[in-house]
Amino acid sequence: MSHGDYPAKYEGYRRPRRSSWWMEKKSYTLFLLRELTAVFVGLYAIFWLIVIYLAMGDQTSFAISVGSFLSSPVSIILHLVILVAVLYHTITWFSLLPKVMVIWRGEEKLHPAMLVGANWVGWVVVTGAVTLLAAMYLRGG
Amino acid sequence: MAAPADGGARGTISLEVFRYRPPEEQHPTFQTYEVPYREDWVVLDALNHIKDYIDGTLTYRWSCRMGVCGSCGMMVNGEPKLTCSAFLRNYYPRKIRVEPLVNFPVLRDLVINMDDFMDKLREVKAWLIPKDEKPISEGEYLQTPGQLAQYKQFSMCINCMLCYAACPVYGMEPRFVGPAAIALAQRYNLDSRDGGRDERAEVISSSEGVWECTFVGECSVVCPKHVDPAGAIQQAKLANTLDWYQSLLLPRGGKR
Repeated sequence: MSHGDYPAKYEGYRRPRRSSWWMEKKSYTLFLLRELTAVFVGLYAIFWLIVIYLAMGDQTSFAISVGSFLSSPVSIILHLVILVAVLYHTITWFSLLPKVMVIWRGEEKLHPAMLVGANWVGWVVVTGAVTLLAAMYLRGG
Repeated sequence: MAAPADGGARGTISLEVFRYRPPEEQHPTFQTYEVPYREDWVVLDALNHIKDYIDGTLTYRWSCRMGVCGSCGMMVNGEPKLTCSAFLRNYYPRKIRVEPLVNFPVLRDLVINMDDFMDKLREVKAWLIPKDEKPISEGEYLQTPGQLAQYKQFSMCINCMLCYAACPVYGMEPRFVGPAAIALAQRYNLDSRDGGRDERAEVISSSEGVWECTFVGECSVVCPKHVDPAGAIQQAKLANTLDWYQSLLLPRGGKR
């Protein structure tokens, strides 16, 4: 893999580029891992869509197939891995907001921590609401 | 030849320097030099010592030696740095490897071809395009400190290109407009006196413009003037997106 695709009109020696570029600097490796977490988030969303679809069908076979899978050791380990990935995804994503959205108060910018904090407050509110709804459903059903 | 000016030096430090000497040499080599170690010396001082007393053929760029001109950018132990701001004491006693800025073609020794960057500055029109032209007789374009604050950080760019050396996206896709050029376009877009935002939009909002950026963030980490080009690019992405929605929902109305 080389830098040979640098436009030919620019004179000079092109140094070869290594495909291990992402391993050579810690920040590059963390960046690549951050991008990979999106795959985990996406796949997990698809997994839950399938579970919801199965849940709308035959309740007995749903309880047997999905229920037994979810309580298996494989599932626990997978969920732990996905939890780490989704947490890293969320923390890095929330921290990016101040870079995208700059709010001015006169001649100074609103402190970035306020925007990041607002994200986390929003997360607490939504998680709380979803948990409350689930608890109400379980108690009523 | 004068005696080496190393009076008071405590020992020496090794510099392993990238050499490339076309047309005699087809490929680069490394040459190691022993230079005096001084507490207050920077890598640029070491290079100047090499050039003055050891090997006059070494070729490199430098000018102000105080971190404001952007000429002396090189890779020091794999990190893009201004050699006038890289102190020997932060590396001593380990060897220091000096290479030309990565992601650019090498012309000779430590000198890179920066024409691509210069072309990009022209492409993004990194200059003031006045909103309302007025003759000199009518006086200056006025601006409040609050309006200045909007773009001031992005105006601190010294065009040193360390951000291009740090950006892995530019390393893989040389057509990417890049951190400094986009930050400078933002500097003018946010300037209250400027009216060239639409003219710059085609290049900035293209797939080789802001949308090539995947927010690695290394550009802002290496920037010696704390310009935060990564921030400029993300802000430009948001502005570009809002413009796009506006053009979709109000095709004939609401010109910014």
